[in-house]
Amino acid sequence: MHRDPDGSDRVGPDAGPPRHPRFVRLDETGRTPVRFTIDGRAATALEGDTLLVALLSNGAALRRSEFGDGVRAGFCLMGACQDCWVWTSDGGRLRACSTSVADGLSIATEQPEASWPVLA
Amino acid sequence: MAGSRVIVVGAGPAGVRAAEILAEAGLAPIVINEGSRDGGQIYRRQPDNFSRPPSKLYGTEAAKATALHAAFDGLRRRVDYRPDTLAWNVTPGVLHTVHHGQTQDIPFDALIVCSGATDRLMPVKGWNLSGTYSLGAAQIALKAQAVSIGRRVAFLGTGPLLYLVASQYQAAGAEVAGVFDTSPFALRVKALPKLLARPAVLAKGLALVAKLKRAGIPVETGVTPVEIAGTPDAGVSGLVLRDRAGRVREIACDAVALGYHLRPETQLADLARCDFAFDAESRQWLPTIDADGRSSVPGVYLAGDGARILGADGAEAAGALAALAALRDLGHDVADGRIDALRRDCARMDRFRRGLVEAFPWPAANAAALPDETVVCRCEAITAGELRRVARAMGATEANRAKAFSRVGMGRCQGRYCGQAGAEIIAAAIDTPVESVGRLRGQAPVKPFSLSATPLADQKGTEQGTPA
Ligand SMILES: Cc1cc2nc3c(=O)[nH]c(=O)nc-3n(C[C@H](O)[C@H](O)[C@H](O)COP(=O)(O)OP(=O)(O)OC[C@H]3O[C@@H](n4cnc5c(N)ncnc54)[C@H](O)[C@@H]3O)c2cc1C
Ligand code: FES
Repeated sequence: MHRDPDGSDRVGPDAGPPRHPRFVRLDETGRTPVRFTIDGRAATALEGDTLLVALLSNGAALRRSEFGDGVRAGFCLMGACQDCWVWTSDGGRLRACSTSVADGLSIATEQPEASWPVLA
Repeated sequence: MAGSRVIVVGAGPAGVRAAEILAEAGLAPIVINEGSRDGGQIYRRQPDNFSRPPSKLYGTEAAKATALHAAFDGLRRRVDYRPDTLAWNVTPGVLHTVHHGQTQDIPFDALIVCSGATDRLMPVKGWNLSGTYSLGAAQIALKAQAVSIGRRVAFLGTGPLLYLVASQYQAAGAEVAGVFDTSPFALRVKALPKLLARPAVLAKGLALVAKLKRAGIPVETGVTPVEIAGTPDAGVSGLVLRDRAGRVREIACDAVALGYHLRPETQLADLARCDFAFDAESRQWLPTIDADGRSSVPGVYLAGDGARILGADGAEAAGALAALAALRDLGHDVADGRIDALRRDCARMDRFRRGLVEAFPWPAANAAALPDETVVCRCEAITAGELRRVARAMGATEANRAKAFSRVGMGRCQGRYCGQAGAEIIAAAIDTPVESVGRLRGQAPVKPFSLSATPLADQKGTEQGTPA
């Protein structure tokens, strides 16, 4: 089992570098690399990846549940559950499972300038 | 007639075959598809720069997949295909769509809804931990993106897809911790007469299970899920279940694929005000349709998994049949023989569908037995205990007027994944039949979307959130 030494999956701007990808690539690894950032840190994915796959190939979660029950990493992968919302650094909301990763994309795993309690 | 405005929603097996029949008749149907590519769930196409051959992607169904893709490619100049477009509402005679933030209202004479299915989910304590995915999600990860949802994946739930996806993972080189089916094996034997309606499909299913076992993968039936173990920050670390012999065991894994067969996506049918009826066999509400897919609303037709879970072949037949029914209702000549043959196909598929429901039943009693602290609504972390409290405080009569329900249908998924289990929990808490607590209604927009740069400039960035 893979686990951070401190047992945490890192999301959020202060969480340090993302570790331990949740997803495992099984095939199609020869595609062109795509460079983007997650909470300001450089990350690499492959052309054709959804943003969800790009993020979970770099770390173990997408965001923190606004209801205090931990981190989230998507659920349905088909645009039906809305568990996979992340933000661009300028505040736009993206549904990670139905968005393609793109060169230069800058992703925030917390809603910029929003405070979670507002949503709770 | 020739100028009739017909819209097909969905470009899966049902939608593609419906569009084909309409194009053949000289109509140029509009095909609305939320995804960017056709194929639907089962024949989902991978991105252009992926190179796995169809045999690797679709296994025994590769020929059917390629045939369906080719059929749609061949239709492209005769249909008005609108990919990346969500049908978000239906009002009388008008379909409301949105494409990259631009809304458009499209009037129709006939609407054929082929919206497919989503996983039917039964909560289990810990299913809100990261690393738990729907079974369909596990398959999409592999099919569309060539990734596994974890390093070691346990498959929990029931239904034929459980075995199919596990074997696809195994074949692709993923580590499968096991397949854990809540249905007892004896039910499969009992359902045999109905399952024999499609002997070839039955044989493929049996071959799958044999292949999993040959690969040394544990396959257990009659299990009771206890908990998905893990921590809120690290996610899943194991699956705890009570096995057939009554022993409680933990299976180490960092991902769980969870699914209890499928449920039709019926929001559009609901918004079009189609009648629904409770189907006692599958314990869910289904839109009422006639043998050809006509709903209770004139001009609205329902086909494929979005109406009945007939599987991919059944979806192709039902899509074609619904299109013929629409043509006939619009005044076109349609040969009886064509309709009769498709009706026979669909009837056979429906018999098989009922066999699957019998062999892999929705474990309603598990919902009633969920511990109070179990999160039922993953979106807003509402627990089984809270639902029970609300239902009991309200009393049976009021809960029967479906008010108790509202709590679980308000989150991001609009109750897609917790609604059916929520109904079971409420029904058990107030000791009333599940059909009497009502059902969640589809609400517009069927999925949240953002408006951008619409002609009304001041709407930029406006959220069309999940409705209350
Ligand atoms: C995740 C998943 C995986 C599956 N895998 C298999 C499998 O491997 N083998 C198997 O035999 N069966 C599988 N099934 C069952 C399978 O879905 C059907 O047998 C078959 O795909 C049904 O065809 P369909 O045309 O009815 O629906 P689908 O193939 O699901 O197609 C529905 C289409 O409608 C579109 N759509 C839905 N709502 C809207 C809307 N509001 N606006 C615009 N477009 C919309 C969707 O994007 C989709 O393209 C799976 C089901 C699911 C949910
Ligand atoms: S994972 Fe469900 S909508 Fe993206």
